[in-house]
Parts: sequence; structure tokens; C-alpha cells
Amino acid sequence: MSLPVAPKPALRRFHQARWDEPIIFELSTPGERGVLVTPVEPGVRAAVGDVVGDLPDGLRRSAPPALPELGQMRVLKHYLRLSQENLGADLNVDVGQGTCTMKYAPKVNDQLIATPDLTALHPLQDPDDAQGVLEIIWQTERMLAEISGMDRVSLHTQGGSAAIWANIAMIRAFHEANGEGAQRREVITTIFSHPSNAAAAKAAGYEVITLHPDPDGYPDLAALRAALSPRTAAIMVTNPEDTGIYNPAITEWVDAAHAVGALASYDQANANGILGITRARDAGFDVCHFNIHKTFGTPHGSGGPGTGANAVSEALAPFLPGPRVEREGDRFVVREAGERSIGSVGPFFGVVPNIVRAYAWIMALGAEGLRAVAETAVLNNNYLMTKVLEIPGASAPYATGRRRIEQVRYSWQELFEETGITSEEIGVRASDFGMHYWTSHHPYVVPQPFTLEPTESYSMAELDEYAAVLAEIAREAREEPETVRSAPHRQTVHHTHHDDLDDPERWAITWRAYRRKYFGAGAVGGAGSGDAAADEVAA
Amino acid sequence: MLGLIVNPVAGVGGPAGLAGSDGADVQRLARERGARSRADERASAALAVVAASHPNARVLTVAGAMGEHAVRAAGLEPVVVAQSGEPTSAADTAAAARALAAAGATLVLFAGGDGTARDVATGLALAGRAAPPEATRIETPGDEVEGLDTLAGARYSTGEASVDRVARSAYRDLEGGGLDTLAGARYSTGEASVDRVARSVYRDLEGGGLDTLAGARCSTGEVAALGIPAGVKMYSPAFAVSPSAAGALAAAWLTEGSLPTQLREVLDVDEAALRRARVEPRLYGMLRVPDRPGRTQARKSATSAGEHAAVRAAAHGAADRMERGIRYLLGPGGTMAELARELGVAKTPLGVDVVLDGELVLAGASEQQLLDEVRRGPAKAVVSIIGGQGFLLGRGNQQLSARVVGELGADPLLVVAPEQKLIDLGGRPLLVDTGDRDVDAGLAGFIRVVTGPASTSLYPVHAPEHEGEGHAP
Amino acid sequence: MTEPFVHPYIPNTAPETRAAMLAAVGAASVDEFYADVPEALRLGRPLDLPEPLVAEQDLARHVTALLAKNVSTHEKLSFLGAGTYHHYVPAVVDEVIGRSEFLTAYAGEPYEDHGRFQALFQYQSLMAELLAMDVVNVPTYDGFQATATSLSMAGRMTGRRRVLVASDVLPAKLSKVRDYVRVHLDLEFVATVDATADVAAVAARLGDDVAAVWVETPSRTGAVEARLQELADAAHAVGAVLVVGTDPIGYGVLTPPAEQGADIVCGDIQSLGLHQWFGGAHGGFIAVHDDARFVMEMPSRLFGLATTDVPGEFGFGDVAYDRTSFALREEGKEWVGTAAALWGIAAGVYLALMGPQGMRDLGEVLLARTRYAQQALAAIPGVALGDGALHLREFTIDLSDAALTAGSVVAALRAQGIEPGVPLGEHELLVCVTEMTSQRDIDRLVAAVGGLVDRAGLDSGSALVDRRTAGLDTGSALLDRRTTPTSQEQYA
Repeated sequence: MSLPVAPKPALRRFHQARWDEPIIFELSTPGERGVLVTPVEPGVRAAVGDVVGDLPDGLRRSAPPALPELGQMRVLKHYLRLSQENLGADLNVDVGQGTCTMKYAPKVNDQLIATPDLTALHPLQDPDDAQGVLEIIWQTERMLAEISGMDRVSLHTQGGSAAIWANIAMIRAFHEANGEGAQRREVITTIFSHPSNAAAAKAAGYEVITLHPDPDGYPDLAALRAALSPRTAAIMVTNPEDTGIYNPAITEWVDAAHAVGALASYDQANANGILGITRARDAGFDVCHFNIHKTFGTPHGSGGPGTGANAVSEALAPFLPGPRVEREGDRFVVREAGERSIGSVGPFFGVVPNIVRAYAWIMALGAEGLRAVAETAVLNNNYLMTKVLEIPGASAPYATGRRRIEQVRYSWQELFEETGITSEEIGVRASDFGMHYWTSHHPYVVPQPFTLEPTESYSMAELDEYAAVLAEIAREAREEPETVRSAPHRQTVHHTHHDDLDDPERWAITWRAYRRKYFGAGAVGGAGSGDAAADEVAA
Repeated sequence: MLGLIVNPVAGVGGPAGLAGSDGADVQRLARERGARSRADERASAALAVVAASHPNARVLTVAGAMGEHAVRAAGLEPVVVAQSGEPTSAADTAAAARALAAAGATLVLFAGGDGTARDVATGLALAGRAAPPEATRIETPGDEVEGLDTLAGARYSTGEASVDRVARSAYRDLEGGGLDTLAGARYSTGEASVDRVARSVYRDLEGGGLDTLAGARCSTGEVAALGIPAGVKMYSPAFAVSPSAAGALAAAWLTEGSLPTQLREVLDVDEAALRRARVEPRLYGMLRVPDRPGRTQARKSATSAGEHAAVRAAAHGAADRMERGIRYLLGPGGTMAELARELGVAKTPLGVDVVLDGELVLAGASEQQLLDEVRRGPAKAVVSIIGGQGFLLGRGNQQLSARVVGELGADPLLVVAPEQKLIDLGGRPLLVDTGDRDVDAGLAGFIRVVTGPASTSLYPVHAPEHEGEGHAP
Repeated sequence: MTEPFVHPYIPNTAPETRAAMLAAVGAASVDEFYADVPEALRLGRPLDLPEPLVAEQDLARHVTALLAKNVSTHEKLSFLGAGTYHHYVPAVVDEVIGRSEFLTAYAGEPYEDHGRFQALFQYQSLMAELLAMDVVNVPTYDGFQATATSLSMAGRMTGRRRVLVASDVLPAKLSKVRDYVRVHLDLEFVATVDATADVAAVAARLGDDVAAVWVETPSRTGAVEARLQELADAAHAVGAVLVVGTDPIGYGVLTPPAEQGADIVCGDIQSLGLHQWFGGAHGGFIAVHDDARFVMEMPSRLFGLATTDVPGEFGFGDVAYDRTSFALREEGKEWVGTAAALWGIAAGVYLALMGPQGMRDLGEVLLARTRYAQQALAAIPGVALGDGALHLREFTIDLSDAALTAGSVVAALRAQGIEPGVPLGEHELLVCVTEMTSQRDIDRLVAAVGGLVDRAGLDSGSALVDRRTAGLDTGSALLDRRTTPTSQEQYA
């Protein structure tokens, strides 16, 4: 064949990297070193003698840990190969993980945080030597206070669920401070709120009451009223809910909670579509949180670290975690938490690299930019919904004919009834096209669910591509269902068997356990050092 | 190995506007109106999905229209292990289910509706303990067997006859008499024989060994069943959502060797009543139904591990909330069976049992016995959600009558159910129908449903017999 | 929006695109999408935020300038620890976790994120070797959370409330743990003797209502617990769980707690290949034996090996997924959410690079430098070691006899470009050395402290003031040291 190159087919002929990489222990070669440690200086050794030999018998490790032994480049190569076997947000049209706001995390922010001015800074250094980062923390808190309408903000928590924990911990402390801790034992949430609201409340000792939506999919105000009582500590709700439906009666919800003396806690995990449009405080909430790694553009890091921002009214400010950064004149100082504070929720100031990234993200956009983020995220979502609902077999239960905010929980129920192909199977097949796809939190309230949240980051052409992939898989489900059922076909690994993962006798959570369970007691390590270590243990 | 039973008259009554297809008269009427069953083609549609991934699968089935045709139509090889009468009858279905199990079927697919499900459950209940090679042919001197009323609201009286013949004539009696009397019906066959093993099952039932039946372990053994939807009435949560979905599950069953299963209720409505526009599903037994496999393991809790854990959690939450000194009237159903297990007491599967301070004080109580118990001290009815209709009271637990509930006082119910049961209602309310306007109205509104330790859901309750009263969400 | 706002992060702001998309949706304007947001809740004005820096170069300049106000431990000589430690981070670690595919991945399935699953399975496995335990979780937020969860696990497993705290715990960590567990557990403190557990006192307070004995080693002051096995035996005798909070950095040379009877071992991985980042790079590990009773109480994700349709191919998946809050809402054990996976990948790469010899060498350097610094500081007249225990990386010095407060030493040495440590009491200073603090660095600290002591001795007036204000503290410090041979003698 000669030029010109034929046009590309409608869908990309993707294939994920498949390096067939062994487990790192299998690569071990005795004697290889990945990095050397600075030696003990002769002067030190002369002064202290053989510190290891001097350890009491019970404290001196009898055999070295059976870690693999690899030269530096082999370690690098191994992990770079693994890195290629991931469908990160930078590579796919990552609209398939609804509720998680997989937006672009700007590269410049990764560069900015890599400076030794930040990486080599210790949190207990003289605050005068940390003015830059303290200013960024302070300023980010102020900006988030404005964005939420709340009075005070903490950036201490390391993820969205951790922030939810801080919310309920502050609520608990608030009621206890008012002498109502023993009386208020119940927390009310909705089934379309993020499940961590229920989980954190339960971990904090509360009985959790879950409300189901009304027949149109809107949060049921009558049910809330029936659930509220002097026993209620708080309502903890997400809005828009995971359906992308905004609760139009949210003020009534908050008012009803306040009427019985309960607090109103707002999970703003789904805030991306309402930035600069409407604020937690304006609906009367006492406390809210943002997922910084979602809405404010920090990378998701393969599952963290994230960052949570807890924003509260003045009434709850004394309960915020510490330490606090405050401004005194033109200096920034560190203050320990007050006596009513819930104390520390983690080490020091939170996930500082993410706070700096979030600061840079907001500073890159400003007020007009944040509103453009929200409006574009919502436009993208409604555009994608139009595209998806054109696919036979797909539907968007609830609030039929109405618009959604930033995401939609769809259903393949019709397709499933017609073909027997499940939403999970469609998700596996989507990966063959280089696209990530997710179903829903459990329980599945929407049958055969999938949840798409296109954020502001993806172009119209990319949204078209994603919808085209779904349409193609729906076609396959009807015309060649085995192609879908036997997927993945173009991924790193093939259909995986999970039975072993649920059986305590058979599961293998570490290489060490795998070797012991399947290859006998002595087989604790890999081919190289592991066996050597085993010999030492035997000796 | 898969088994297939097709009820070739399933669904004929639906298009004919007859609200069901039970009974020879109805079937004849339906045919006269030009109706035909789609069960056969729906069964082969399901098997076609199996054939796509297992082209050489052999399927145990019944001769002719009760399965053999459908297997062939799907391009698979039928292994005929049972015969059928002409016209086919409910007893044929029960006998076939038993024969399939005896021949080694691990998953019995059945194309039909609730009536078919009920017959399959009956057949597998016998096969569960018995399953001798010629189960339907062993003849031994019969006994008068009481006690099955707690199983299916029916009383079998057997003389000398092979079981299938007995059952067949019994069902013919019923067909003649109308199914609305099934609950209290007496299967009188005059001469019948039941094989020893089956008899011992019945003795278990009589002797309070119903706890084993509650788990339905003895009733279905390890044999699972799955409905291919082809009937008019499908209230039982034992049906796949579509023939293809049934086929996909069956294919997965073959691929994996088996799948996790879940005990599900077999419900049927009184068709005679349905024709009078009353929906009264009753609980007839249990089937072990396979769950969808989660292909994507990280999200896999849609499988039965999650479902069973949810039932367990709900039961655990209920047990946590039970106080000393209160008589708890445990209603029927799978969740209540799990609660009984949690409490360490025996449970009649379809009856109401009374538990006080962790001890079973009365099993399979009648309405009058319940009234007597309630009058002895504080008491509460513990109920789950019966089937897909969302009934808390008035279906399957009629012993918990208006009088009983009325005696329970201001807070009569402890409702226990996994969240999924509420979700499966698809936004429809829970229902109560005790027959007493005031009692029902008192229950209407919102009710707390215990879904786990420290977790409840608040859910609307309607009293459909008194529409317009109570809460309307 | 009134006029187009075009930004590199938002592709669909171009007016033509926007018009085309609105047309496809059948909407006149973006406003239509907000129909459910009541008018009264609309902000109706622009947010009051600083002027944006929309050009990347302007943003970079601004943020870089702000951060340049910091004076890091590259410029200051730091002996700071107390939870965040200055260890060397090999370049390969940063290279790997900086890879876009790892950095921006999130919730992919094992098929499409095979590399992430394998990297985290390997993290679990490498940590398991270091800790000599068969089960390690995907990292939770930090060591504080790991410890709080470990104690909660012990409470759930035993159905008991009492927890005996046998070690000195970092106050911030204690604050977190206390608020996290207080609904379910009561913490009781058993005073330490010579910086480590008072085994007899712990044993005396054990009973069948004790859920756990909580030991920290190294402790808040860097003291290594020498009698872990005795604590384990005592706890096990009453059916209690031994929870050991630790830093894994020393287990190239030290006996891992699992080999001394620990049931749950937990802590932070910041030391393993993560920068200090102003305290912003922590991850928590929880390790248990391969016992379903423990595993089923773990709230975190656990990645396990699986087979695939292809022989010789490793697949991965979530072990016992129904434990997690993703699956069953409040019936899960606590919750699972975005935590610290990237840091786990980093720690895995770190351990793979270090290997058994690297971890051994590092452990030796830390022990040697710690002892060297202890000896050298204690050789200063008036400066004494806080206790006689074995220390790893951190230790305290008592300045009361030198007539110096810890705060004054910190203030004075900061002026010389040295962060000498963290004041714990009025005269007690927590000093931390790592492989990053060389003999010369330690000598510089010693000289500086020695200089202060000399000046304090000369300036008798201020020394008197110091002694008076020290008051009872000085007395109790002296009393404490009477229980052990003075450290100077021991190390001489």
C-alpha cells in the first residue's frame, strides 16, 4: 500500500500495554543494589562501636527482611512498565467515574510543588521560615470560605471521607458542648448521598437513618420531616445528589433540621457544577466539605492522597481541627487548636502539596473562571446525556425530561433485559476502547447503573467519542454479546477469576503469604534473596 | 448440569385477559380465544445464550413441549429424563423438577410464571431429601401425612399411588376447585404412596423440623432454580428479568461450575381473587436462585455475598434491638429465617413463631394463639417485606391479623429488611392490608425499617384498601 | 455568561462549540440547566476572589515567589522529627510517582489499572517482608488513622472497651486517636519507666475487659520498647490484642514487632521515600497476621493475587470486598475512601531500591548517629539524656542543669541557622538525627548547644532566673533520672 494513509476508523483501535511483568520478588538477583546508603563515618563508628552487634538479642533482627535485590535501572524499568499498564486520567476520556470529578490536574502545579522550598520544609520549622506555605494555606482557606459562603475553613483532612469524618466529629463535639450529646443519637442521610456519610456517622457512634427519594427521584421532604426529632444530631446530605439532581427544597431541608435543633452538614463532593452559582451557606448549612482532589483539580494519585476542606459557620469554628494558620499583621503564625477543637485529625497541616496545587488552580481561574468551570461542566453533562440517551437501551431514571447538574446516573436496564449483558460487563468492554467506566456506589438503587460526570475538562469531540464507545458496546450486546461477555480483549490481563479473593484459606494478600500458602513454609521470598533469607531463618 | 422445564401453557391467560393461566378451564378458554404460550420460544431464547458460549452443552429436560423442543430449537442436545401428560399439568412440572434433580441437574431453568415456580419448588422439595433414582416410581404403604399445611397451606393425604400420580390428581382437584382455596385445601387422593424418604421429610415438617425447611436447605437441596419469565404472574423473585438474562446466568453457571445462590420466596396470587381485582400474593415455599456473577470483581458486591451479608446485617440489627420481656411475633420469609438463626431459635418458614427472651415459646402459631400470647405481656410483631409487592401485613402472614396487630399497641411492628428490598420496590410504598380500616390507617405514614446494626431506613407505608388515607408521597 | 471566557483548562468555552452543544441539547442557555436551583439561593454576583493569573507563566512566577519565602531544611540544619522525618528520597521514587499514569489514575478496574494494582500489591508485599507479617493494607491516610483504626479493630474483635496505653505517644497522634475511638473505647494511660513500658504496671491493670494494649516503638521520644514479648504475653493471657504503633524505618536491623508477639502493627510510611513536604506526605499502614478474624475487621482495601484465563498471568482484585463501606454503607467497617495510594507506591519503590542490605545499612546508620549524637550532647556539662532506653533516630536531652529552657535553645540556635529539635517540656528537647544529618552536622549542633551552655554559665543572673522558673520541673527531672544510671555513664 502506498500513501495516502486510509482514514481512521470511527473508534480507536486501542490496546493497553502488556508487559507481562513478573512480581518484583521474582526479579531479585542476589547482590544487586538499587541505591546505597551513606556510610557510618569513621569518627562516629569509633565513638559508638558496633551498634547493631550491641543490640540486645531480642531486639536484633535475626535474618534480614526478604526484600528483593535489584539494580537501580531494573527497579525503574519494572515500575515504568507497571505505570504504562494504567488508564490514568491524563490518558483516557475520564468521564466514566461519576461522583469523582476526574478533571484535568494541571501539570504546572506538579512542577510548582516539586521545589525544595516545599519538599524539604519541616512542619515544625520556625514559622518565619515557612511564610510562603503558611500564606498559601491561609489564602486557600479564605478563598474556600468565599466559595462556600462559610466563615472558617480547615484543610487538614486527607480525603473526602476523612473530611466527612471531621464534619461528624465537629457536630458531635458541638452537641456535647451544648449538653445534648447523649440526647442526639441519630444522623439522617439520603440513599443518593455518598455512602461515607453513613459510614462515618456510624463510626462516630450514631444510628443512621437513610431516606429514599420520592417517585421523581427528588429527596423526600415528607420523609425527612418524619425522621427528624429531638434525637437528630444532623442531616448529612450531598447536593446535587449522585443522580445529578439538585434538591430544589434544600432550604426547607435545612430549616426543618434546624427546627428540631439538629445541624445541617453538606457533602459538596458534587460541587463542580455549582461553583459561583450557589453556596452552602446561602442554603443555611452549618458545615460543609469539599473534595479538593475532585473539584479543585489535584491529581487522584492512584487513590490518594486527596485533600478535604471543611468549612463551617462561626458557631462551629471553635470545633475545627488544628493547628490553625492565622494572620497577624503581615505575618502568618501557627496556633494550636483551642480547647473545644476536635483536636488533630492528622499530622500537621494536611496534604500540603495538594493545598498548594489547589491554590494554584483557583488562582489560575479566578471568579470568572470558576463560574466557567461550573457552567461548562453542566453543559458538558447535559450534552453527554443527550448523546447517551440516543443509545437504545440506555435511560436516565428519575426526573424524566428535566436537566441535570454535573453528572447523571444512567441505567442499562432495558439493554440488560434485552440482552442479559450487565453494566459491569459493559464497563470491562469499555476498557478495550481505552475508556474507563464505572457503575455506581452500592447498593444499586438504579438498576444496571452507570454514572458519567464529564466535568469541564473534556472537549465536545471527546464526549462524542465516549458516547460512541457506549453505543458500539450496546450494539455488540445485541449483535455479538459474546464479544462483550468475554471482554477484556485488549487489556493488560485477561478475564480474572476472583473466587480465591474471598476465601481466607486461599487468598494471597502479599507475596509472602502467597509463597507460604502455595509453595510451603520455607518459601517466604522470591527466587533470589528470599530463598537466601529463608536459609538464614532455618540456620 | 442444566435442566429445563417448559410450562407449555404458561402465559396463555395473560393476553387472553384472564389474569393468569392456572387451571385447565382457563387454559382451554384461553386457547379458544386464540392465545398461545410463548414459553417455548422464550425458553429457547434463553438457551440460545447458553449455546453461544457452550455449544456442546447437554440439557436435562422433559419430553416434547415441556422442554425437549425448546432445547433442540436452541441448537443444544436434550437429555430427556421425564415424560409429561397431555395436556400437561402442574403435577407434571413438579415431577419433572424432581426427576431433573435426580438425574443430576444443578440448575433447573423453568419457563413459566409463579404457578410454575410453585410446582418446581414442590418438586425440588421432594427431590432435596429423596432423589432416589426412581423417585417417582417407588411405592410403599402410605401414611396419612399431616402438617404440610404449614408448607404450602395444603394438606396431603396419601394412600397408595406413586407420588406423581397422586400429585397430579391432587392438582386436578385443585384446578377444579379454584386456587383460591389452595391455602386451606386438602389434597385428598384416597390411594397414594409416598416413598420413605419423602415421608421422612414430611415427618420433619410435622415434628417441628421446619427450621431446616426455613433455610429451605432440605426443600431444594443443592439444586438451584431460575425462572425464565414466561407467565402472566411473576411475583416471585425467582425469575430473571428476561430470557437473555436467564440464559446469561445459566451460561455463567456452566462456566463457573456454579454460582452463589440466594434463597428466594415463591409467591403466587390467588387467581380467582385476582380476577376480582384483588392482589393477594401468598408465600408458598422457597427456591435457591443463582445470583448474577460480578464480572468486575472490585465492584462485585452485587453478588449474593453482598446480598446475603445484607440480609444478615438486617437480621443482626433486628436482634440488637430486641429487648427482654417482650414477646416477638416472628413472621415468615427469608429475612425472618436469618433473624431466627441469629437468635438461635427454630423457625417455621411460613408460620408465625413467638420468641421471648431468646427462647422460642410457640411455633407456627394461629391467630388465636397469637392473641393469647400478646395478652400475656408486651409484644411486637417482627415482619419483613413479602415479595415484590411490598406487603408488610396481610399477605403471607395473615395470622398477624388486625386483631393481633390491634392488641400490640401503639408501636406494633419491628420491620426488618435489607436495603435492597426497599430499593427493589422502585419507589412504590410499603403496603399493609389487615382488613381493618383503623389498624391499617394507624400504620400508614412512614415506618422505620431496620436494615442493619445502627442503621434504618425511613419508608412510606400505604394502606391500599383505604386509599386517600395516610401518607401519599 | 455574557462574553466568552476562554481558558486552557476548559476546552468547551469557545463560543462556536458552546452554541453547537446547546443546540444539540435543545437549550437556549446554560441557565436552563440550573432550573432546580431556587432563585433565592443564586449567588447573583461574582465570587470575591483574587485576580486570576490566567497565563501559566504568571501563575508559575507568583507561586514560585511565594514558596521562595520558605527557608527549607536544605538551608537550615534540621534536627526536627516528631512525626515528619528528613530521610533521603531516591530519585527513582520521585520519577515513578511523578508518572502521569500513576499520578492521575484513580478507580480503574484491575483490567485497565493492572499496573496500579500490581504496584500496590507489591507495596503490601514489601512492607510485609519488612514487618514479617502476612497482611498489609493499601495505605490509609496516615499513621494516626492507622493506629486509631487498629485499636478500633481490637475493640470490635474483643467486644471490650478498655485500652491500656503503655507508651509515650505523640500528642497530636493521641488527640486524633482519642477523638476517633472514644465512642467505642476508653484509653487508660500507664506511666512509662525510663521512657519505655512499665510491664508490671501494665500487667497489673490487665483484665478480661481489656481490648488492647497499645505500645509505641519507637515512642514519642524515640525510645525502642525492649519488652514487647512480655507485653504480648500478658495481653494474650487475658484475650487482649497487642497493637504496636511503629515507624518501619528501623526494621532492617531491629526485630519486627510481629516476631515479639504483636497482633496488629501500624504506623506511618513517610520515612520510606517521601519528602517532608511540610508534614503533608503521610500514609498509614496496618499489618496483621493472615487470620480472617483480623483481616475481616480491616476497613482498608487489600489487593490480592488472582489467576486469569491465561496461565502464568497474574491478575489482581480486592480481597473480601464486602468489608468495605463502598459495598454496604454503614455495615462496612468504618469507611474506605481516597487515602494515600500514591505514597504506598512510593514506599514500595523505596523498599525495592533499598533491598535487604540497604535497610540494614540504613538501620545501622540511624542507630550509630543516634548514639553518637546522644553521647556528644550528653558530654556537654549540664546536658543529660532524658532516659536510658535504646533510641532510634530521636531522643530527648534535659537542659535543666544547664540552666536553659528548651525554648531558649531553639530560639538561639535558629539564629545560627539550626533547628535543634522540638521542645517537649520546659527543659526537655526532642532531637532527631537521620542519615541526612552527618557527623559534621551533629558536631555543629553540639558546638552550638555547648556554646549556649557556656554563655548561660557565664551569665549567672539569667541562669538563676531559669532555675527559679524551672521550679518543680527541675526537681522531677532529677528524680526521673535517679531511677536509671545516667545515660552518660551508660554510653561512655
